[in-house]
Amino acid sequence: MRSWKFGDNIDTDAIIPGRYLVHYDPKVLASHAFEGIRDDFSKRAEEGDVIVAGRNFGCGSSREHAPLALAGAGIRVVIARSFARIFYRNAINVGLLPLVCHDSDKIADGEVVRVNVGEGFVEAGGQRYSVEPVPGFMQEIVAAGGLVEYARKIPEVKLCTALHP
Amino acid sequence: MLLIYIMGMTLVEKIFSRKCGREVQAGEVVMASVDAAMIHDITGPLAVQKFREMGGKSVFDRNRVILLFDHQIPADSIPAAENHVFLRRFAAEQKIHNDDIREGICHQVVMEKGKAGPGEIVVGADSHTCMYGASGAFATGIGSTDMGFVLKFGALYFRVPDTIRLTVKGLFPERVGAKDLILAIASDIGADGATYHALEFTGDTMARMEMAGRMTCCNMAVEMGAKVGIVPPDEVTWDYLKPRRKIDPFPLSSDKDALFAGERSYDVSNLAPQVATPHNVDQGVDVTKVAGTKVDQVFIGSCTNGRFEDLKEAAEVLGDRAFSDRVRVIVIPASRREYLKALQAGLIERFVSAGALVEAPCCGPCMGGAFGLLAPGEVSLSTSNRNFRGRQGSTDASVYLCSPATAAASALFGEITDPREV
Repeated sequence: MRSWKFGDNIDTDAIIPGRYLVHYDPKVLASHAFEGIRDDFSKRAEEGDVIVAGRNFGCGSSREHAPLALAGAGIRVVIARSFARIFYRNAINVGLLPLVCHDSDKIADGEVVRVNVGEGFVEAGGQRYSVEPVPGFMQEIVAAGGLVEYARKIPEVKLCTALHP
Repeated sequence: MLLIYIMGMTLVEKIFSRKCGREVQAGEVVMASVDAAMIHDITGPLAVQKFREMGGKSVFDRNRVILLFDHQIPADSIPAAENHVFLRRFAAEQKIHNDDIREGICHQVVMEKGKAGPGEIVVGADSHTCMYGASGAFATGIGSTDMGFVLKFGALYFRVPDTIRLTVKGLFPERVGAKDLILAIASDIGADGATYHALEFTGDTMARMEMAGRMTCCNMAVEMGAKVGIVPPDEVTWDYLKPRRKIDPFPLSSDKDALFAGERSYDVSNLAPQVATPHNVDQGVDVTKVAGTKVDQVFIGSCTNGRFEDLKEAAEVLGDRAFSDRVRVIVIPASRREYLKALQAGLIERFVSAGALVEAPCCGPCMGGAFGLLAPGEVSLSTSNRNFRGRQGSTDASVYLCSPATAAASALFGEITDPREV
């Protein structure tokens, strides 16, 4: 449940370098996560640890290998001040929860973080910080367990219907 | 389809409104059908896997799926070769046309085959899909699972973005162009300054700009977090599309009273060549600030700057001279068609004579996967779109981004050089 703290503009090349994109197994990808950026991550990250970052986490390439690499390392939640668009969607789609928290900089590296999605806050260092809820329609995908499960449940899409923003 | 808009709409709102036959405003989330979907060798296999996990049996429309290999070609490893085989089998099974390794970089190929056009919605499993906005399409990059959904349903949910309008005025000085402009804009807006927005390019500079330059600008919209970079279709657009597909021109632009989330203007008449310094795209400076920086590798190519116009500009700066033997120069045309144009114009002979390595059309060193990787401590100067730490190899290497003119000038001397002075 410890935090792995990163700064602003952590791009998907940093999360998983281009030379490993031939692989799709989350465990294999996890063994190269943050390679050269933070080498202890792949060795020491444990199930349930969280990533805590600044602005624009996951910017750059659309590679879904990035959220998969984090999921493969046991990460279930990423807490950041803001996310890049494609990463945010990819994370939701593969069942990794991206939480926007304006106070993410107040959480220290290695700190124990408790996440309470239902009530919309995270706790670290004796402090409670609120997190923004996932946008309306995406909550259905989260509730389904990811976009694959969501897609399996619907026989067809209703074109041009307005979804809850 | 006749739609009467109650209030002014942006170009992007109009695209979604045309699609849905009703007024759609920024901020709405809609399930919209797509006109084309592109997958390549890196993100394609996972998209196909997700398509199958979703219960997909046959793709929504085999003629609307664009499939080719460009990131790791010819296969640079056995896993890459296996991915290619996997996608070839999928193409055969679904009767999807597969350009395989033959055509070049996905984004260039989509554009030159006329697969994206004004008013259309196009998605690609690659972040630089936003480049097709140069054709007046709403085009955006998506992940593999989203693409699996698209392959099955032919539709995807979109949050219709607000638009930031960029008005560009003035004539470019000698040896300054679209890449310098977009690097300057990225520095101004910042790496996340346009997150979830559309960037609409207008103004007399854009009106004069050829499609090649517009593609360069739209390509890098994602480097500011934008969903798409888009240029309202005009004569240049329709002239580009005419020989490529059957399409009748129609008016499509933002209304005068459209609501923009932001407006910025730029004057290029005094713009200096720009160089993005390590390790972020928004760290651009005038070339004079970094002139003299030693470089080990110069890469001229990519979906950002691998077109004939880019190669021509580089060749003009090069002239009859030879590249410095202190630097490795790699030139890669963006596509087979651009390669042929460059060959026929004698540009390839010029580059090879000058000491460059000319590779067959592909992404090359841009994504640090296939070849041309950097060792710790090395410096690359690249006409591509990203200079993230580790992007082109070692995380202890540095990547600078620039225009083809600056790349060619710097390759002459083995150090970053102002193209106006050579």
